[in-house]
Amino acid sequence: MTTVLKNVFDRPVSLKDVSTHFCPGCQHGTAHRLCAEAMDSLGVQQRAIGVASVGCSVFLYGYFDIDVVEAPHGRAPAVATGVKRVRKDDFVFTYQGDGDLAAIGTSEIIHAANRGEAISVIFVNNTTYGMTGGQMAPTTLPQQQTSTSPTGRNVASDGYPIRMAELLSGLEGVSYSCRVAVNNPKNIMAAGKAIEKAFRCQVEQGGFGFVEVLTTCPTNWGMNPLKANNRVAEEMIPYFPLGVFKDIAPMGQEV
Amino acid sequence: MPSNRIEIDPIYCKGCALCTIACPQKLIEMSDALNEQGYIPAVISSGNLARCTACALCARMCPDAAIRVFKSVETDGGQS
Ligand SMILES: Cc1ncc(C[n+]2csc(CCOP(=O)(O)OP(=O)(O)O)c2C)c(N)n1
Ligand code: SF4
Ligand code: SF4
Ligand code: SF4
Repeated sequence: MTTVLKNVFDRPVSLKDVSTHFCPGCQHGTAHRLCAEAMDSLGVQQRAIGVASVGCSVFLYGYFDIDVVEAPHGRAPAVATGVKRVRKDDFVFTYQGDGDLAAIGTSEIIHAANRGEAISVIFVNNTTYGMTGGQMAPTTLPQQQTSTSPTGRNVASDGYPIRMAELLSGLEGVSYSCRVAVNNPKNIMAAGKAIEKAFRCQVEQGGFGFVEVLTTCPTNWGMNPLKANNRVAEEMIPYFPLGVFKDIAPMGQEV
Repeated sequence: MPSNRIEIDPIYCKGCALCTIACPQKLIEMSDALNEQGYIPAVISSGNLARCTACALCARMCPDAAIRVFKSVETDGGQS
Protein backbone atom coordinates (compact mmCIF):
# COMPACT_ATOMS: atom_id res chain seq x y z
CA MET A 1 0.00 0.00 0.00
CA THR A 2 1.24 3.46 -0.91
CA THR A 3 -0.43 6.76 -0.28
CA VAL A 4 -0.73 9.33 -3.04
CA LEU A 5 -2.20 12.81 -3.19
CA LYS A 6 -5.05 12.88 -5.68
CA ASN A 7 -6.09 16.23 -7.17
CA VAL A 8 -9.82 16.40 -6.34
CA PHE A 9 -10.48 20.05 -7.22
CA ASP A 10 -8.73 22.23 -9.80
CA ARG A 11 -9.40 25.10 -12.18
CA PRO A 12 -11.61 23.97 -15.07
CA VAL A 13 -9.93 23.42 -18.45
CA SER A 14 -12.34 25.83 -20.20
CA LEU A 15 -11.03 28.66 -17.98
CA LYS A 16 -7.73 30.28 -18.98
CA ASP A 17 -4.87 30.33 -16.50
CA VAL A 18 -5.04 34.07 -15.93
CA SER A 19 -6.02 36.31 -13.06
CA THR A 20 -9.18 38.35 -13.71
CA HIS A 21 -9.75 42.08 -13.38
CA PHE A 22 -12.78 41.46 -11.13
CA CYS A 23 -12.75 43.19 -7.74
CA PRO A 24 -11.96 41.00 -4.69
CA GLY A 25 -15.02 38.94 -3.77
CA CYS A 26 -16.87 39.71 -7.03
CA GLN A 27 -18.93 36.65 -7.89
CA HIS A 28 -18.67 37.16 -11.64
CA GLY A 29 -15.62 34.95 -11.03
CA THR A 30 -17.75 32.23 -9.46
CA ALA A 31 -20.25 32.38 -12.34
CA HIS A 32 -17.38 32.18 -14.85
CA ARG A 33 -15.95 29.10 -13.14
CA LEU A 34 -19.34 27.35 -13.07
CA CYS A 35 -19.87 27.98 -16.80
CA ALA A 36 -16.39 26.61 -17.51
CA GLU A 37 -17.02 23.53 -15.35
CA ALA A 38 -20.30 22.87 -17.19
CA MET A 39 -18.58 23.12 -20.58
CA ASP A 40 -15.86 20.75 -19.34
CA SER A 41 -18.36 18.21 -18.12
CA LEU A 42 -20.43 18.33 -21.34
CA GLY A 43 -17.25 18.13 -23.44
CA VAL A 44 -18.18 21.15 -25.58
CA GLN A 45 -15.12 23.38 -25.09
CA GLN A 46 -13.86 22.85 -28.65
CA ARG A 47 -17.19 23.84 -30.20
CA ALA A 48 -18.24 26.50 -27.68
CA ILE A 49 -18.90 30.09 -28.75
CA GLY A 50 -19.54 32.60 -25.97
CA VAL A 51 -21.26 35.90 -26.68
CA ALA A 52 -20.08 38.62 -24.32
CA SER A 53 -22.11 41.57 -23.09
CA VAL A 54 -21.01 45.07 -22.14
CA GLY A 55 -20.32 45.49 -18.45
CA CYS A 56 -17.78 44.03 -16.04
CA SER A 57 -18.02 40.69 -17.89
CA VAL A 58 -16.90 42.28 -21.17
CA PHE A 59 -13.56 40.40 -21.11
CA LEU A 60 -15.13 36.94 -21.56
CA TYR A 61 -12.63 36.24 -24.35
CA GLY A 62 -9.75 36.86 -21.97
CA TYR A 63 -10.92 34.41 -19.33
CA PHE A 64 -12.59 31.51 -21.16
CA ASP A 65 -10.48 29.21 -23.32
CA ILE A 66 -13.17 29.14 -26.03
CA ASP A 67 -14.19 31.30 -28.99
CA VAL A 68 -16.01 34.51 -28.05
CA VAL A 69 -17.92 37.16 -29.99
CA GLU A 70 -18.33 40.62 -28.51
CA ALA A 71 -21.90 41.92 -28.83
CA PRO A 72 -23.06 45.54 -28.74
CA HIS A 73 -24.56 46.47 -25.36
CA GLY A 74 -27.68 44.34 -24.68
CA ARG A 75 -27.62 42.66 -28.09
CA ALA A 76 -25.95 39.38 -27.09
CA PRO A 77 -29.14 37.28 -27.60
CA ALA A 78 -29.52 38.70 -31.14
CA VAL A 79 -25.85 38.04 -31.95
CA ALA A 80 -26.12 34.54 -30.44
CA THR A 81 -29.21 33.90 -32.59
CA GLY A 82 -27.19 34.62 -35.73
CA VAL A 83 -24.19 32.61 -34.58
CA LYS A 84 -26.29 29.56 -33.67
CA ARG A 85 -28.39 29.67 -36.84
CA VAL A 86 -25.30 29.47 -39.08
CA ARG A 87 -23.32 27.11 -36.82
CA LYS A 88 -25.99 24.70 -35.62
CA ASP A 89 -23.51 22.13 -34.29
CA ASP A 90 -21.72 24.60 -32.07
CA PHE A 91 -22.61 25.32 -28.45
CA VAL A 92 -23.60 28.99 -28.08
CA PHE A 93 -24.22 30.92 -24.87
CA THR A 94 -24.51 34.54 -23.81
CA TYR A 95 -23.22 35.90 -20.50
CA GLN A 96 -24.92 39.17 -19.55
CA GLY A 97 -25.22 41.54 -16.62
CA ASP A 98 -28.52 42.98 -15.42
CA GLY A 99 -27.97 46.41 -16.95
CA ASP A 100 -27.12 44.71 -20.24
CA LEU A 101 -29.92 42.14 -20.30
CA ALA A 102 -32.74 43.74 -18.33
CA ALA A 103 -32.30 47.41 -19.32
CA ILE A 104 -30.74 48.24 -22.69
CA GLY A 105 -31.21 44.69 -24.01
CA THR A 106 -34.76 43.96 -22.82
CA SER A 107 -36.10 43.70 -26.34
CA GLU A 108 -33.42 41.28 -27.57
CA ILE A 109 -33.72 38.84 -24.66
CA ILE A 110 -37.51 38.74 -24.80
CA HIS A 111 -37.66 38.08 -28.53
CA ALA A 112 -34.83 35.51 -28.56
CA ALA A 113 -36.55 33.69 -25.69
CA ASN A 114 -39.95 33.94 -27.35
CA ARG A 115 -38.55 32.48 -30.59
CA GLY A 116 -37.11 29.62 -28.58
CA GLU A 117 -33.62 30.03 -30.02
CA ALA A 118 -31.34 27.07 -29.32
CA ILE A 119 -29.02 29.11 -27.10
CA SER A 120 -28.22 29.30 -23.38
CA VAL A 121 -28.29 32.58 -21.46
CA ILE A 122 -26.42 33.23 -18.22
CA PHE A 123 -27.84 36.33 -16.54
CA VAL A 124 -25.76 37.81 -13.74
CA ASN A 125 -27.96 39.87 -11.42
CA ASN A 126 -25.96 42.03 -9.01
CA THR A 127 -28.71 44.67 -8.64
CA THR A 128 -26.61 47.41 -10.23
CA TYR A 129 -24.58 48.60 -13.23
CA GLY A 130 -21.18 47.48 -11.98
CA MET A 131 -18.82 48.72 -14.65
CA THR A 132 -20.05 52.30 -14.91
CA GLY A 133 -20.14 53.14 -11.21
CA GLY A 134 -23.17 51.54 -9.62
CA GLN A 135 -26.19 53.14 -11.28
CA MET A 136 -29.73 51.88 -10.63
CA ALA A 137 -30.67 48.86 -12.75
CA PRO A 138 -34.14 47.37 -13.38
CA THR A 139 -33.10 44.79 -10.75
CA THR A 140 -32.12 47.33 -8.06
CA LEU A 141 -34.08 46.52 -4.90
CA PRO A 142 -36.71 48.89 -3.43
CA GLN A 143 -35.00 51.54 -1.26
CA GLN A 144 -31.54 50.45 -2.48
CA GLN A 145 -29.19 53.41 -2.70
CA THR A 146 -27.21 53.69 -5.93
CA SER A 147 -25.37 56.53 -7.65
CA THR A 148 -28.58 57.39 -9.57
CA SER A 149 -30.95 56.67 -6.66
CA PRO A 150 -29.02 58.31 -3.81
CA THR A 151 -32.07 58.34 -1.55
CA GLY A 152 -33.05 54.78 -2.45
CA ARG A 153 -35.07 53.26 -5.30
CA ASN A 154 -38.51 54.80 -5.20
CA VAL A 155 -40.96 52.23 -6.53
CA ALA A 156 -43.62 54.92 -7.06
CA SER A 157 -41.51 56.58 -9.74
CA ASP A 158 -39.05 53.81 -10.75
CA GLY A 159 -41.28 50.72 -10.59
CA TYR A 160 -40.44 47.46 -8.88
CA PRO A 161 -37.40 45.31 -9.69
CA ILE A 162 -38.00 42.95 -12.61
CA ARG A 163 -37.88 39.22 -11.89
CA MET A 164 -36.45 38.12 -15.24
CA ALA A 165 -36.41 34.35 -14.63
CA GLU A 166 -40.14 34.34 -13.81
CA LEU A 167 -40.98 36.79 -16.60
CA LEU A 168 -39.24 34.70 -19.29
CA SER A 169 -40.75 31.46 -18.01
CA GLY A 170 -44.10 32.80 -19.27
CA LEU A 171 -42.92 32.69 -22.89
CA GLU A 172 -43.69 29.63 -25.03
CA GLY A 173 -40.16 29.52 -26.47
CA VAL A 174 -38.44 28.98 -23.12
CA SER A 175 -37.57 25.39 -22.16
CA TYR A 176 -35.71 26.01 -18.94
CA SER A 177 -35.65 29.01 -16.61
CA CYS A 178 -34.32 29.18 -13.09
CA ARG A 179 -32.68 31.40 -10.48
CA VAL A 180 -29.65 30.40 -8.41
CA ALA A 181 -27.24 32.06 -5.98
CA VAL A 182 -23.54 31.53 -5.26
CA ASN A 183 -23.44 32.76 -1.65
CA ASN A 184 -22.54 29.43 0.01
CA PRO A 185 -21.10 26.08 -1.12
CA LYS A 186 -24.52 24.39 -1.19
CA ASN A 187 -26.04 27.07 -3.44
CA ILE A 188 -22.89 27.10 -5.59
CA MET A 189 -23.21 23.36 -6.25
CA ALA A 190 -26.90 23.80 -7.11
CA ALA A 191 -25.97 26.72 -9.39
CA GLY A 192 -23.41 24.56 -11.18
CA LYS A 193 -26.01 21.86 -11.77
CA ALA A 194 -28.53 24.42 -13.09
CA ILE A 195 -26.01 25.90 -15.53
CA GLU A 196 -25.08 22.43 -16.74
CA LYS A 197 -28.78 21.64 -17.17
CA ALA A 198 -29.40 24.80 -19.23
CA PHE A 199 -26.37 24.00 -21.41
CA ARG A 200 -27.51 20.37 -21.78
CA CYS A 201 -30.98 21.60 -22.80
CA GLN A 202 -29.35 23.25 -25.83
CA VAL A 203 -26.86 20.49 -26.63
CA GLU A 204 -29.29 17.58 -26.39
CA GLN A 205 -32.66 19.12 -27.24
CA GLY A 206 -31.99 22.40 -29.01
CA GLY A 207 -33.86 24.29 -26.29
CA PHE A 208 -33.58 27.83 -24.91
CA GLY A 209 -32.24 27.75 -21.33
CA PHE A 210 -31.97 30.71 -18.95
CA VAL A 211 -30.13 30.82 -15.63
CA GLU A 212 -30.28 33.94 -13.45
CA VAL A 213 -27.35 34.01 -11.02
CA LEU A 214 -27.59 36.30 -7.98
CA THR A 215 -24.13 37.75 -7.35
CA THR A 216 -22.38 40.44 -5.35
CA CYS A 217 -20.86 43.73 -6.45
CA PRO A 218 -18.94 44.57 -3.26
CA THR A 219 -17.36 47.67 -4.82
CA ASN A 220 -20.54 49.47 -5.86
CA TRP A 221 -22.50 48.24 -2.87
CA GLY A 222 -19.84 49.85 -0.66
CA MET A 223 -19.39 46.65 1.33
CA ASN A 224 -16.52 44.29 2.00
CA PRO A 225 -16.84 40.89 0.27
CA LEU A 226 -18.16 39.10 3.38
CA LYS A 227 -20.84 41.74 4.08
CA ALA A 228 -21.79 41.80 0.41
CA ASN A 229 -22.12 38.02 0.44
CA ASN A 230 -24.43 38.26 3.48
CA ARG A 231 -26.63 40.74 1.62
CA VAL A 232 -27.49 38.06 -0.96
CA ALA A 233 -29.33 35.94 1.62
CA GLU A 234 -30.64 38.86 3.67
CA GLU A 235 -31.99 41.13 0.91
CA MET A 236 -31.76 39.59 -2.54
CA ILE A 237 -33.15 36.07 -2.12
CA PRO A 238 -36.28 37.30 -0.29
CA TYR A 239 -37.18 39.40 -3.38
CA PHE A 240 -35.60 37.12 -6.02
CA PRO A 241 -36.54 33.60 -4.84
CA LEU A 242 -34.30 30.71 -5.91
CA GLY A 243 -35.95 27.96 -7.90
CA VAL A 244 -36.84 26.43 -11.25
CA PHE A 245 -39.67 28.31 -12.95
CA LYS A 246 -39.88 26.21 -16.09
CA ASP A 247 -38.47 22.89 -17.24
CA ILE A 248 -40.17 21.49 -20.34
CA ALA A 249 -39.29 20.03 -23.75
CA PRO A 250 -38.41 22.66 -26.38
CA MET A 251 -41.24 24.24 -28.40
CA GLY A 252 -42.56 21.86 -31.06
CA GLN A 253 -40.96 18.84 -29.38
CA GLU A 254 -43.69 18.19 -26.79
CA VAL A 255 -44.51 14.54 -26.35
CA MET B 1 0.72 8.96 5.83
CA PRO B 2 0.66 12.43 4.23
CA SER B 3 -2.34 14.57 5.07
CA ASN B 4 -4.81 16.04 2.62
CA ARG B 5 -3.73 19.43 1.36
CA ILE B 6 -4.99 22.57 -0.28
CA GLU B 7 -2.87 25.02 -2.24
CA ILE B 8 -3.92 28.67 -2.26
CA ASP B 9 -2.39 30.18 -5.40
CA PRO B 10 -0.85 33.60 -4.62
CA ILE B 11 -1.30 34.65 -8.26
CA TYR B 12 -5.08 34.30 -8.05
CA CYS B 13 -5.96 35.00 -4.41
CA LYS B 14 -7.41 38.49 -3.87
CA GLY B 15 -7.94 38.19 -0.14
CA CYS B 16 -11.75 38.32 -0.18
CA ALA B 17 -11.95 35.88 2.78
CA LEU B 18 -14.97 34.02 1.36
CA CYS B 19 -13.08 30.71 1.70
CA THR B 20 -12.70 31.28 5.46
CA ILE B 21 -16.48 31.16 5.97
CA ALA B 22 -16.91 28.20 3.60
CA CYS B 23 -14.58 25.83 5.44
CA PRO B 24 -16.69 23.74 7.85
CA GLN B 25 -13.60 23.21 10.04
CA LYS B 26 -12.61 26.93 9.99
CA LEU B 27 -9.07 26.00 8.95
CA ILE B 28 -8.30 28.97 6.69
CA GLU B 29 -7.09 32.33 7.99
CA MET B 30 -6.02 35.60 6.45
CA SER B 31 -2.29 36.32 6.26
CA ASP B 32 -0.67 39.32 7.89
CA ALA B 33 1.45 40.10 4.83
CA LEU B 34 0.61 41.36 1.35
CA ASN B 35 0.96 39.06 -1.67
CA GLU B 36 2.50 39.99 -5.07
CA GLN B 37 -0.75 41.56 -6.22
CA GLY B 38 -0.95 43.73 -3.10
CA TYR B 39 -3.76 41.75 -1.49
CA ILE B 40 -3.76 40.09 1.93
CA PRO B 41 -4.11 36.43 0.92
CA ALA B 42 -5.75 33.49 2.61
CA VAL B 43 -3.39 31.02 4.29
CA ILE B 44 -3.62 27.65 6.01
CA SER B 45 -1.17 26.59 8.69
CA SER B 46 0.50 23.18 8.55
CA GLY B 47 -1.23 22.31 11.81
CA ASN B 48 -4.60 23.10 10.27
CA LEU B 49 -3.74 21.26 7.04
CA ALA B 50 -3.46 18.09 9.07
CA ARG B 51 -7.17 18.45 9.88
CA CYS B 52 -8.28 19.18 6.29
CA THR B 53 -10.86 16.70 4.98
CA ALA B 54 -10.30 17.67 1.31
CA CYS B 55 -14.02 18.48 1.04
CA ALA B 56 -13.18 21.31 -1.43
CA LEU B 57 -15.92 23.61 -0.13
CA CYS B 58 -13.36 26.41 0.22
CA ALA B 59 -12.33 25.93 -3.41
CA ARG B 60 -15.93 25.98 -4.64
CA MET B 61 -16.60 29.20 -2.72
CA CYS B 62 -13.52 30.99 -4.10
CA PRO B 63 -14.57 33.51 -6.81
CA ASP B 64 -11.06 33.44 -8.25
CA ALA B 65 -10.53 29.68 -8.52
CA ALA B 66 -7.40 30.16 -6.43
CA ILE B 67 -7.60 26.92 -4.43
CA ARG B 68 -6.53 23.44 -5.53
CA VAL B 69 -7.43 20.48 -3.33
CA PHE B 70 -5.55 17.20 -2.95
CA LYS B 71 -6.88 14.17 -1.13
CA SER B 72 -4.64 11.55 0.39
CA VAL B 73 -5.69 8.18 -1.02
CA GLU B 74 -4.23 4.72 -0.63
CA THR B 75 -3.37 2.70 -3.72
CA ASP B 76 -2.12 -0.86 -4.07
CA GLY B 77 0.75 0.46 -6.16
CA GLY B 78 -1.03 -0.47 -9.41
CA GLN B 79 -2.90 1.87 -11.74
CA SER B 80 -4.74 4.59 -9.92
C1 LIG C 1 -24.68 51.72 -26.07
C2 LIG C 1 -24.05 51.88 -24.73
N1 LIG C 1 -24.71 52.50 -23.75
C3 LIG C 1 -24.15 52.63 -22.52
C4 LIG C 1 -22.90 52.13 -22.27
C5 LIG C 1 -22.28 52.30 -20.89
N2 LIG C 1 -22.30 51.07 -20.12
C6 LIG C 1 -21.22 50.24 -20.07
S1 LIG C 1 -21.44 48.94 -19.05
C7 LIG C 1 -23.00 49.47 -18.63
C8 LIG C 1 -23.85 48.74 -17.64
C9 LIG C 1 -23.34 47.41 -17.24
O1 LIG C 1 -24.06 46.92 -16.17
P1 LIG C 1 -24.43 45.38 -16.00
O2 LIG C 1 -24.97 44.86 -17.29
O3 LIG C 1 -25.31 45.28 -14.83
O4 LIG C 1 -23.06 44.65 -15.80
P2 LIG C 1 -22.04 44.61 -14.57
O5 LIG C 1 -21.00 45.63 -14.91
O6 LIG C 1 -22.79 44.93 -13.31
O7 LIG C 1 -21.51 43.23 -14.58
C10 LIG C 1 -23.31 50.66 -19.28
C11 LIG C 1 -24.59 51.37 -19.12
C12 LIG C 1 -22.22 51.49 -23.34
N3 LIG C 1 -21.02 50.92 -23.16
N4 LIG C 1 -22.83 51.35 -24.55
S1 SF4 D 1 -17.52 46.68 -10.10
FE1 SF4 D 1 -18.84 45.14 -9.16
S2 SF4 D 1 -19.45 43.74 -10.84
FE2 SF4 D 1 -17.67 44.95 -11.54
S3 SF4 D 1 -15.85 43.67 -11.07
FE3 SF4 D 1 -16.15 45.08 -9.35
S4 SF4 D 1 -17.42 43.96 -7.89
FE4 SF4 D 1 -17.59 42.90 -9.87
S1 SF4 E 1 -10.86 21.31 1.70
FE1 SF4 E 1 -12.56 21.45 3.18
S2 SF4 E 1 -11.61 21.06 5.19
FE2 SF4 E 1 -9.94 21.50 3.76
S3 SF4 E 1 -9.58 23.68 4.00
FE3 SF4 E 1 -11.01 23.47 2.30
S4 SF4 E 1 -13.03 23.63 3.22
FE4 SF4 E 1 -11.57 23.29 4.89
S1 SF4 F 1 -11.87 32.85 -1.49
FE1 SF4 F 1 -10.18 32.69 -2.95
S2 SF4 F 1 -9.60 34.81 -3.42
FE2 SF4 F 1 -10.89 34.86 -1.59
S3 SF4 F 1 -9.39 34.81 0.12
FE3 SF4 F 1 -9.99 32.68 -0.26
S4 SF4 F 1 -8.46 31.92 -1.74
FE4 SF4 F 1 -8.29 34.13 -1.73
